[in-house]
Amino acid sequence: MSKEEVRLFIGPQHPGVTGNMSVEVLLRGDTITWARTHIGYLHRGFEKLMERKIFIKSFPLVCRICVPEPDTNEENFARGLEELAGIEIPERAKWIRTLVLELSRLQMFIMWYGGIAGSMGLSTPVQWGIGDRDYILDLFEELTGGRIYHIYIMPGGVRKDLPEGFEERVLKVMDMVERRLPEYDEIIMENAVVQKRLKGLAKIPKEWVDEMGLTGPVARACGFPYDVRKDHPYEAYPHLDFDVITEDGCDAWSMLLVRRREIDLSIDLIRQIIEKMPRGEFLAPLPNVLYWKIPPGETYVKSESTRGEYGFYVVTDGSDKPRRVHVNGPSFVHGITLLERLLVGQNIADVAPIMVSLQTCPPEMER
Amino acid sequence: MGLKEVLKPLGAWRQIARKPHTILVPRTPREAAERYRGFHVNDLEKCIGCGTCAAVCPNEAIDMVPVEGIEPRKGDSGFRPRIDYGRCCWCGLCVDSCPTTSLRMTNEYIWVRETPDDFVYIPGYDIKGFEEKEKGYRKEKDHSFTHYQRVPMRELPPEERVESFAEVVLGYAEEEARREADRCVGCGLCIAGCPDRMHIPDYIRAIASGEYARSVNIMYENNPFAELCGKVCTRRCESYCSLGHEGDPVAIRWLKRFATERFSDLKEVIKVRKAEAKDRSVGIIGAGPGGLTAAYYLALRGYKVTVYEAMPEPGGMTMAGIPKYRFPFPSLKKQVDFILSQGVELKLNYYVDPEKFRELMDRHDAIYIGVGLMKPWTLGVPGEDHPNVIYAIDFLRKVNFNEPVEIGKKVVVIGGGDVAMDAARVSRRLKAEVIVAYRRRKVDMPADHEEIEGAEEEGVEIWEKIIPIRVEDAPEGKVKLVYGKAKMVDQGPGRRPKPVLIEGEEYELVVDRIIVAIGQQADLSFLPEDVAEKIETERGRIKVNHRQMTSYPGIFAGGDVANRVADAISAIADGLRAVKGIELYFQGEVD
Repeated sequence: MSKEEVRLFIGPQHPGVTGNMSVEVLLRGDTITWARTHIGYLHRGFEKLMERKIFIKSFPLVCRICVPEPDTNEENFARGLEELAGIEIPERAKWIRTLVLELSRLQMFIMWYGGIAGSMGLSTPVQWGIGDRDYILDLFEELTGGRIYHIYIMPGGVRKDLPEGFEERVLKVMDMVERRLPEYDEIIMENAVVQKRLKGLAKIPKEWVDEMGLTGPVARACGFPYDVRKDHPYEAYPHLDFDVITEDGCDAWSMLLVRRREIDLSIDLIRQIIEKMPRGEFLAPLPNVLYWKIPPGETYVKSESTRGEYGFYVVTDGSDKPRRVHVNGPSFVHGITLLERLLVGQNIADVAPIMVSLQTCPPEMER
Repeated sequence: MGLKEVLKPLGAWRQIARKPHTILVPRTPREAAERYRGFHVNDLEKCIGCGTCAAVCPNEAIDMVPVEGIEPRKGDSGFRPRIDYGRCCWCGLCVDSCPTTSLRMTNEYIWVRETPDDFVYIPGYDIKGFEEKEKGYRKEKDHSFTHYQRVPMRELPPEERVESFAEVVLGYAEEEARREADRCVGCGLCIAGCPDRMHIPDYIRAIASGEYARSVNIMYENNPFAELCGKVCTRRCESYCSLGHEGDPVAIRWLKRFATERFSDLKEVIKVRKAEAKDRSVGIIGAGPGGLTAAYYLALRGYKVTVYEAMPEPGGMTMAGIPKYRFPFPSLKKQVDFILSQGVELKLNYYVDPEKFRELMDRHDAIYIGVGLMKPWTLGVPGEDHPNVIYAIDFLRKVNFNEPVEIGKKVVVIGGGDVAMDAARVSRRLKAEVIVAYRRRKVDMPADHEEIEGAEEEGVEIWEKIIPIRVEDAPEGKVKLVYGKAKMVDQGPGRRPKPVLIEGEEYELVVDRIIVAIGQQADLSFLPEDVAEKIETERGRIKVNHRQMTSYPGIFAGGDVANRVADAISAIADGLRAVKGIELYFQGEVD
C-alpha cells in the first residue's frame, strides 16, 4: 500500500441480497486497486455440525445455508440421502418439490430485482420487491407452515400434500406478479440511471467462465447456455418445456436481463407444473428416522439455484450420521474468486451493484 | 436513452393511490395459515412422556421434566416435555414424531413477555392462552415418521391347525423382523411393564440392525427363558408400548421369538461370565421357569445348585401345562439344556415330601420353593365327582406327556382363562366338539384376546354368562351339566360386573366330558409341620418379602406359589430377584 492509497472496509452491513459479508478494498482516488472478500464469522460450521447429527436432525439446519432460498439445500440434501439409501420417491412428490423450488426461485429473483435497484440508491423498488415477495411467502406459509425456513422437503418426498385449493391461489399470485412486473420494468429497466450505470459495468472476460467455473445467471449473461435444470434435469424438470436463457453482454446489464427473463420463465414453469402435476402419494415410507442408518457410499447431487449450480457432496459410512457433507455453493467462486478480480479498476460507487449482480450469499461460501 | 428514460421512473408515483402491503399490528390482526408452525400445545392427558420429541429435537430444546399432578403410571413416565423457545427452531419434527399425537403446534406466533424465563415452559401445563387454538401444524398419522402398523404374523390356517399339534405361529422372516423392530422409538416405557425388567429397547434395536447374537445376549442378561417368553409370554410390555396408543404396539414377543429361534445351539451364542466357585449350595424345589432361572444365575455366580423335580421332565407348567402347538418340546429342551450346562444339577422324579424337605434343609444353605400351583380349584357343585368331570391341568399334562386320554366327541370347558383356552384348543385337536362356558361375558375373559380369537377360528364355541348348578349322570357313558344363566350386576366404577344367577331357570347340556378350568391352588403339603407353621401364607400363597424370602430365614419362594400374577415371566422375575436375595442372605443381610 503506497501513501496514495486508502484502505477501506465496505460492509459488513446486511443489505439483504448480498448477505452479511464485507469487501476490503484499496482505493486510489475513487478507483479500486485491490479487493479482498471477508465472509466473517456469522455463518460457519454447517458441514461439521451435520457430521454430528443424525440425518433427520440436519434438515432444520441445511435450509439455513441460504436464507432467502432455503429449498435448494433441502432438496439437494434429501435427494442425496435418497440416492444413497436407495429410496424411490413418489411421482407427485417430485412435482411438489419442483413447484417449491420454482416458487423459491421466483421470490428470490423478485427480491433481487428490487435489490439491484437499491444498490444504486433507488429505494422504491426495494420496498416493492420485499412487499411482492411476501405474497409468495404467504403461499409458503400455507403449504409448509413456515415463511422463510420451510423444512418441507424431506427424504422420501415432502411433509404435507398441497392444501385444498392451493393451486388456484398460486395462479392468482402469479397473475398478480405478472401484472406488477411492467411497473418494475418501468422504474428499473427503463430507468436512465440503471441503464447508464449497469451497461458495461463489471465486464467479465468470457474465458473466465471456464477458468473459474462460473455458473448460473453470471455464466448465462456471458452467453454460456448452462442450466442444471436443462443439462442435468432432476425432480420433474425433464417433463417441463423451457429454453435456457442467455445474453451476450457479459456485463451487469446482461445479468439483469437474464434475471428479469428468469422471472418470466419461473412464472411459466409454475403454471406448467400446476397444469401437469399428477395426483397420488407424496411421501414414501422411511425407516425409523431416529435410528436411520445409510449404507456406505458417496454422491454428488446438484440443482440450479438462483445463483447458479448448487451442489451437495454427501458421504455416508453406514452409521446414522453423514461422514462428510460438502456444500458447493456458486457464491464461492462468484463472491471470492470473481468478485476480488472484478472489482479491480472499478469505481468505489459500483461495489454494491457488482456485489448484487453476482448475487453473493456468504453462508454458502463459509459453510 | 433520452428524456423518456428519465421521466419513466416517475410512474412509481402511481403507487401512492394504492393500498399498502403492510398491515398495522396489533390493530389489524393477522391469523397465520392453517398449518403454521407456531407455539406448541400438548394434551397432557394424551401425552405419555415417552420422550420421542426430545430425542428427535435437533436443537435439544426439549427436556422431559416431572410435572405436578401427573404421576408415573402404566405406560406413562410421568414426565412431560418442556420447551425452551430460546433454542426451538419451529421445525415441527417433535410433532411429526409424537407417537400419541398429543403434541401439536398452534398458528400463534405473537407472544410478548418481559423476562426470557417465560419462554421456557411446559406446553399444556403452563397455560399461555392459546391452548384452545384449533389451527396449527399437526401430525398426519399416515404421513409421519411413526410406523403405526405392525408387520403381520403369519399363522397356520385354522383348518390345518386342528389337524395336529404343530406350532400355530410361524414366526417372522428376517426382513419382516427387522422391519418390525425398526418401528420401535426406543422410549423404554415397556420396561416398566415387564415384571423381569428386560432391556427391551436394546434388544429390539439390536434386531433392527441385524445383530441377533448381541440381541440374544442382552435378553440372557436377565432371562434364561427368552425363547419361551418369545412364544407364550403374556407380554404386558406391549400394552405399555407408546405406539399402541394410535396404532399397533411393537411385536416385542414375536421379535424375541425371532432372535432366539435363529440359534439352535445357545452355547455358541451366549457369552457367560462365570464367577469363581463358592462353597455354598442352594436347593431348588420345582424345575419350572422360576426355579431354573434362579438355578441359572446362582450357578453363574458360582454357587452349587441342585434342582428337584417331581415330574419326569423339567419345565414345570411350561412342560406340563402349555400345549405343544404354542410351545414345542424341542424349544424347551434347548433352553433347559443350556441352563443345565452351566453346572446345575437336576434330579427328576424326585417328589419332595416333609421328610425329604427336612433332608434338603440339612443339605443346602438355602432353599427356593418354586412348586407352582398343581391342585385345581373345584366347581363346588353336586355331582362333581362324576368320572367324566376332569380337570384341565391334569388333562393338559396327560396330553403333553403323551399319556392316553379319552374325551369323547363333545366336551364343555368351564372357565375363561388361558388354561381354559388351552384345554379347549387341545380338545379341538383331539377332534372333539368344544364349548367354552364362562360365567361372565366374553369381554371379561382373562384369557389373551389372541387365544380367544384363535380358539374361535378353530371352531370353539364360546357361551357367555353360564353358571354350573350340578352335574348328573347321563346314559351311554355321557355326563349332563345342569346350568343356569347369569345376569351381570354392576359393581361400581373400576370393578368388574359380577355375574349373578338368574333363579328358577335350568338348562341341560349333555357332553362326553366336562373339563374344569377355573384355576389352580397351591399344594403346600410337602412342608414339614414345624416349617409350615413358620411360613406365612396369604390367600393360599406363600408370603415373601421384596427379596423373595419367606418368613422362614433361608427359605425363598417365587413363581405361581408366591405370586398372584401367575405367569411365566413373573416367575422368571421372582427367580432372578431370589438370586439377589439368596446372595445377600449368604452375606448376612436378612432384610
